[in-house]
Amino acid sequence: MEITLNNPKPFKSKREKPYWLFTLFASTFLIAAPVLFILSHLFMPFSDSWAHLFDTVLSDYIFNSIALMLGVGIGTLMLGVGAAWLTAMCEFPGRKFFAWAFLLPLAMPAYIIAYTYTGILDFAGPVQSTLREVFNWAYGDYYFPNVRSLGGAICMLTLVLYPYVYMLVRLALSEQSTAILEASRILGKTSWQSLFSVALPMARPAIVAGITLALMETLADYGTVEFFGVSTFTTGIFRTWYGLGDLQTAAQLCSFLLLFVFFLIILEKKSRNKLRFHQNKSVKKLSKINLTKGRAATAVFFAGSLVAVGFFIPAIQLLFWTLDYWKNVWDADFINLLFNSFFLAATSASVCALMAIFLAYSKREFKNKAAHTSAGIAGIGYAVPGTVIAIGVLIPAAWLDNHLDYLSTLYLDMPIGLLFSGSMVILVFAYLVRFLSISLNTMDSGLSAIKPGLDESARSLGASKKNVLTKIHIPILKTSVLTAFLLVFVEVMKELPTTLILRPFNFNTLAVKTYELASDERLLDAALPALCIVMISLIPILFVSKSIVIDKAKHE
Amino acid sequence: MLYFIRIYTLLALLALFNTQSFGSEVNVYSARQEALIKPLLDEFTKKTNIKVNLVTGKGDALLTRLVNEGRNSPADVLLTVDAGRLHRAQESDVLQPIKDERINGLIPKNLRSIDNMWFGLSIRARVIMFASDRVNESELESYESLSDEKWKGRICIRSSSNIYNQSLVAGMIAQNGLEKTEAWLQKFTDNFARKPTGGDRDQIKSVAAGECDIAVSNSYYLGHMLNSSDLKQRAAAEQVTLFWPNQKDRGTHINISGAGVTKHSKNIENAKTLIAFLANDESQRWYADKNNEFPIRDNVEVSPTLDAWGPFIADQMNVSQLGKFNADAIKAMDRAGWK
Repeated sequence: MEITLNNPKPFKSKREKPYWLFTLFASTFLIAAPVLFILSHLFMPFSDSWAHLFDTVLSDYIFNSIALMLGVGIGTLMLGVGAAWLTAMCEFPGRKFFAWAFLLPLAMPAYIIAYTYTGILDFAGPVQSTLREVFNWAYGDYYFPNVRSLGGAICMLTLVLYPYVYMLVRLALSEQSTAILEASRILGKTSWQSLFSVALPMARPAIVAGITLALMETLADYGTVEFFGVSTFTTGIFRTWYGLGDLQTAAQLCSFLLLFVFFLIILEKKSRNKLRFHQNKSVKKLSKINLTKGRAATAVFFAGSLVAVGFFIPAIQLLFWTLDYWKNVWDADFINLLFNSFFLAATSASVCALMAIFLAYSKREFKNKAAHTSAGIAGIGYAVPGTVIAIGVLIPAAWLDNHLDYLSTLYLDMPIGLLFSGSMVILVFAYLVRFLSISLNTMDSGLSAIKPGLDESARSLGASKKNVLTKIHIPILKTSVLTAFLLVFVEVMKELPTTLILRPFNFNTLAVKTYELASDERLLDAALPALCIVMISLIPILFVSKSIVIDKAKHE
Repeated sequence: MLYFIRIYTLLALLALFNTQSFGSEVNVYSARQEALIKPLLDEFTKKTNIKVNLVTGKGDALLTRLVNEGRNSPADVLLTVDAGRLHRAQESDVLQPIKDERINGLIPKNLRSIDNMWFGLSIRARVIMFASDRVNESELESYESLSDEKWKGRICIRSSSNIYNQSLVAGMIAQNGLEKTEAWLQKFTDNFARKPTGGDRDQIKSVAAGECDIAVSNSYYLGHMLNSSDLKQRAAAEQVTLFWPNQKDRGTHINISGAGVTKHSKNIENAKTLIAFLANDESQRWYADKNNEFPIRDNVEVSPTLDAWGPFIADQMNVSQLGKFNADAIKAMDRAGWK
């Protein structure tokens, strides 16, 4: 009772914050607008192109997309969970190194790893040439799998996407209650049995979340599948737009893709809701399974090959090509590319992080469903191919600009031209739409560590609002904010089509340069900008993975 | 740290908004990639003192941008690497007719639109390449004859998503009719050595490697490979021979890269000057040397590589037809199962 007296309005009614709520709805509407714009095409008439698509290629698109998703889903599941389990639950030589090295492929854009492996594995590449020389074979004497195929695309995407599963599952495994696992072992289950019957089922929400991220990336991928000649739903969207010149049908195709993604997300949410395991945070560290000789060797071999194939081999190949061909690409403008890429990535990442903080706090503050749904909607852009986001931003922005110009000319006699179109604002906004969900997820999980009860207890003990913020929130959230920033930074470094379509005059980035060279079939010349993207992306990833490892060390 | 963040925020805010004001300048939306246009534009600026602002991207994306920006679009010139996109731009009503004696004198009639909406700036020929140890040149004749059964399992060509293949088929539809072309496509796709994959260079490499005997590719890719600093590429290129198809009838299929002045251009005179500059002898030679494309006029001297391939008879059909039949071409290719 005393507490309440000291603090006349301790539990302020949530309804008393209309401005906050308004800002929340307005900003989420703004962020969702490009996606809504694309979806609105569903209500427009369906043109003849549909009949043609139905009769010919649509079944191919659907089949290939589903096959790709299945392949990548299974691949990331096995690699991601395997890697997470090894580093979180087992002890073997090099475990600490692999714990962060497993994250390295995050620095590799899928299209760059695809270019690189094509160069290494195609007929004229070093692998096949060596085979031919050693065995004195000619063309047709031997079988060699074709990289440029559906299977190849599955491999490439799996290699760069498994870290998402790894990251989330590892975190979940290391936070699992030791008591349950120990109970399982005491009750006579072997450690393997405990893995499959206890640890993994409990980590299922994390596994599902990781795979959902990977699948969303897979659906949005254009560069890899286009390069490999696999006709998926996404390449079909562009074929319809570019080839048939039918933007409306392309947008409708894309809307169906979006509906499918909504379905995936709902499924993921459902599976998470059902499986909310209430665990006590482990105080005691689970003793790791010590792998014996043979098993340790297998573990090192698995981990070593995964990291080699996913990162070191392509990175070293890029390095060799760069050493041979950098002169073809290097000029005075190259420094500009570096600067532009960095600037764009840093700005977009800051904006995403700020927005994520705002949304995460809003979700925490307002318990009502509308607020939660609206924050959820803001994250939908992640599954949308970059080009589609770009179009979803470009057309409404141009419309807005032209109307603003009209009004300003009419009433103020002052033509303002295009205010947003062709500016950096629009580009950064597009990245906010596309990548907000990454930073939002990170912030959400960071903030969930601060139970609302904690605030209330602190306030009731006399801490001021400011104190609660600086003494509790900021220290706990620092890592989350940093992680949110860095993850988006890496994504923007790697992203291509959005920049390509929306950029201002005389603004070029590393990704654009890589793409232009590669699309002109100058893969070797593309190595220098590609390597730069990988190296720059590597810095934040090392940072993030280090912070994960260090956090762990503190626990231990 | 905080100090840096403040400075950074300030700089970012300054850089973010549209602060451009375009005076004696010309603004270019270019589907031709930067490396193959910027050096010429720099030269232009040096000669005329007109500043050029450049955005590159895919043709259709640039066109979408142009259409939606409407009357306030900053773009003065739209540059594309195929006639189909220029035609589409014209259909979308974003170009304006240009009457300019200078330009008309430089650019042959069949390489510009009938109403002078756009102008061809370089010629790209799609040719047949073959392995001379497995194919006798006398066996080759035209694109049409590639449907012959003797080529079963011997032809490499890239995906039908590629604009050069779309234009090739569009040209055939324009001249041979849709029905005939469909029948041809059915047989032609049956002759593929493998599922279409990779780019034009990959088709050439596959001929060199022995995976197929014939490839259809743009000529300049062979030119690039012959002049490549990569020895393997050069070796591969030297194993294939270039053949000019349809020399006895309509001529080899050509496409153009070209440009038009936008409808709402604020720098029309500068735009015209730029187009005339890109069509002059010097620029034409640059295209030939740098990208092995053919000049739009016969009198321009070309590189030894192009010279060695000899003169050829090019299809005289107006290239705007390629744009007109592009969608038909794609649908026909889809029906024929050309991936």
